[in-house]
Amino acid sequence: MPTAPCRTALFDRHLAAGAKMVEFAGWEMPVQYEGVRQEHMAVRNACGIFDVSHMGEIETAGPQALELLQRLLSNDLAKIQLGGGVGEGGGGDGVGGGAQYSVLCREDGGVLDDLFTYRLDAERYLTVTNAANHAQDLDWFRAHSGDFSKARVTDRIDDYAMLAVQGPRAREIVQAISDAPLPPRMMAATRRLAGAEVLVCGTGYTGEDGVELLAAPADASALWDELVRRGALPAGLAARDTLRLEACFHLYGNDLSIERGPIEAGLGWCCKEETDFIGADAVRATREAGPAEKLVAFAIDGPGIARQGNPVVGGGVVTSGTLSPCLGVGIGMAYVPAARAAVGTRLEIDVRGKMRPAVVREKPLYRKA
Amino acid sequence: MAEANYPADLLYHPEHDWARIDPEDPDPTHPIATLGITWYAQDALGEVVFFDPPSIGTTLAKDAPYAEVESVKAVSDVVAPLSGEIVEVNDSLADSPQMINEDPYGEGWLVKVRLADPSERDALMDAEAYTAGLGG
Repeated sequence: MPTAPCRTALFDRHLAAGAKMVEFAGWEMPVQYEGVRQEHMAVRNACGIFDVSHMGEIETAGPQALELLQRLLSNDLAKIQLGGGVGEGGGGDGVGGGAQYSVLCREDGGVLDDLFTYRLDAERYLTVTNAANHAQDLDWFRAHSGDFSKARVTDRIDDYAMLAVQGPRAREIVQAISDAPLPPRMMAATRRLAGAEVLVCGTGYTGEDGVELLAAPADASALWDELVRRGALPAGLAARDTLRLEACFHLYGNDLSIERGPIEAGLGWCCKEETDFIGADAVRATREAGPAEKLVAFAIDGPGIARQGNPVVGGGVVTSGTLSPCLGVGIGMAYVPAARAAVGTRLEIDVRGKMRPAVVREKPLYRKA
Repeated sequence: MAEANYPADLLYHPEHDWARIDPEDPDPTHPIATLGITWYAQDALGEVVFFDPPSIGTTLAKDAPYAEVESVKAVSDVVAPLSGEIVEVNDSLADSPQMINEDPYGEGWLVKVRLADPSERDALMDAEAYTAGLGG
């Protein structure tokens, strides 16, 4: 049943900036403005700004919020600190705290989503979901909250616009309009930016320093205009994809799916089985036995660009592939048999009938010199 | 080039290819045509990062794909506007595929073809008909 795609609070800004719009996970989003390469390099060398308001937010609050999240999410949420190094400046409605990455698993270990959780207050957490998974994640949270009567799950998707400001100049640009020092990496705190109350998060998806901003949709356009005026270049989903792939960050639907578990995906580091999250037994079993296949990063040796779905000769499949603007070669990630996952292993990828040689590379594929 | 542009001296295929048939060719029954993709096609693709040319001698069938161009985002087939045999490929695109964006009707040409049947040209469009089909 086709329905009209959702629009973010910044839709008019994207049109005015000449963006090419595409439908992505039910949202009408900018895929690029002037050009992918230019936007990519702006983030690597200076500062880019992305509208990622299509991402969803779920708030979990109450005396049993932590217990519920420990049951749902793979990481150890007790480790997310409260406040801690971010001060109490900015007024706001909370003291802020740490940020943590985790996956949401089914009982069999299949990955339902990968998410960042921010601690807003002693008993309040905000979890950011992938757009395509938000409704399903919310159902999953609610379905499992019954055993935790003192935890409240609230859909906050309509309450937030989300902007990612990324690149070596990002902090300086955002700091200039902030009423207090920005939280450091992997911390979040409420600040007033150009007068608007914003949850500033020291996180990102580009491999660069920077922040992600969660603001009221009504404040998003003024915030966007001010940051663009100060030198942040609007960047679209295409540049976001090339940047994250150079940095080897997973994209749900490509590199993560219900078909595979976090150990196969190389995300064992964010799974703490001792917290007894849903799927912990399956994850533990795979960790102990060793996975049959592993997600590797690769670079094509020579011309050509592998794409999602291209088979790896001898077993395996490419889950993401593009041309790396920084490295100038085809790069990607692929699931391959564990025996062929070591760095330096030579692979052959069937790119629409042409065999392209590739080499398994260290993650991340791009690192600042 | 930033602005849409459709030269009047070219023939256009609905799959967004152009052909320039050499009017001076000494063999008018099998003249050589230069082929490429239109401004609209390169704009829709975005920055072209890779062109994988077919080999010289390859036979092209009108309306069938004969090559691929890749942008950062995706790969697209290039459809033959006319039938024939490839006599030359634009080797310079290996190092500078962005010429397909910057100069789609000039340095961004893809292949030259010895046409099998020049009367196929009657099925192609002029610039006016092609741009009308692009809509608003």
